[in-house]
Amino acid sequence: MWKFVIPVAAFVALAVLFAVGLNPHRDIHALPSPLIGKAAPKFDLTDVMDPSRRVDTAALKGQVYVLNVWGTWCVACREEHDELLAIAQQHVVPLIGLDYMDQRDKARQWLTQLGNPYQSVGFDTDGRTAIDWGVYGAPETFLVDGQGRVIFKFISPMTAEVWQNEFVPRIAAARRSGA
Amino acid sequence: MRFLRPTLKLAALLLSSVLSFPVLAAGSVDVYGELENPSLQARYEHITEDLRCLVCQNESIADSNVELAADLRRQVREMLIAGKSDDAIFKFMTDRYGEFVRFNPPLTPKTWLIWGAPFIMVAVGAVIIIRVARQRARLPLDDEPASEN
Repeated sequence: MWKFVIPVAAFVALAVLFAVGLNPHRDIHALPSPLIGKAAPKFDLTDVMDPSRRVDTAALKGQVYVLNVWGTWCVACREEHDELLAIAQQHVVPLIGLDYMDQRDKARQWLTQLGNPYQSVGFDTDGRTAIDWGVYGAPETFLVDGQGRVIFKFISPMTAEVWQNEFVPRIAAARRSGA
Repeated sequence: MRFLRPTLKLAALLLSSVLSFPVLAAGSVDVYGELENPSLQARYEHITEDLRCLVCQNESIADSNVELAADLRRQVREMLIAGKSDDAIFKFMTDRYGEFVRFNPPLTPKTWLIWGAPFIMVAVGAVIIIRVARQRARLPLDDEPASEN
């Protein structure tokens, strides 16, 4: 009896382990964010395009919004930029940018040349805001609900598929549940 | 001569490794220099060695040259100077980056398997060894003629 059960159980356990571990769609470097379900970290930064304007999370209170962390040094951010422009065109949700480890001139040039999908872009001079949000790379995209809680985080370049499947339903659900 | 050459080679190798050591040490990634208070510096080194650099996930932030690691080292340094406890600093990091940021995760219900796995494996191994040994003890010795059983 055991001579049969033990190898079969071991085989099933290994098969499950491999199915999960070797899944090509799984990004082994993507980590779950401990911020999910918690209050979004506050920030009050100057705007990349206009240093006299503030980008303040307090002003976004009561709104569902998307925070996209990017930088001109980040190749994958260039890759997702057209998708962000397309998303901005849909006017579903305000897109807030967080320009990370960057230079203002370069960021401004990037947005002027490629188009600006953001409602406003906070300029994170010294990376402190990024640390508060648990950012460890770019691009990273957060979804914040009307109560100011982080409800989703996506690490990797945004695609139309991810936007439709992961963001749009969550935005709708966040709006339905009030706020 | 035949004996001298390898010895010389060895000596040169040893010498070069000894000489290169201070160079490696001087290549440390810290831009701010050491903390003035030696006990703070010791805590700083201990904490930064226990925090994972999430960009290059097998390096600590003490070892990494990545910009994020430099920002996190600055954060640790500032919190130490501000008089924060080690626990407060680790909590600051895990609140933002999750338990994975620690190389040495604390023993909690979620991590008991990590800490317990080596003991479980030793126990499983011990059970197997004991069972095999007992089975062997019951077997006849190889050199005994089979007819005697």
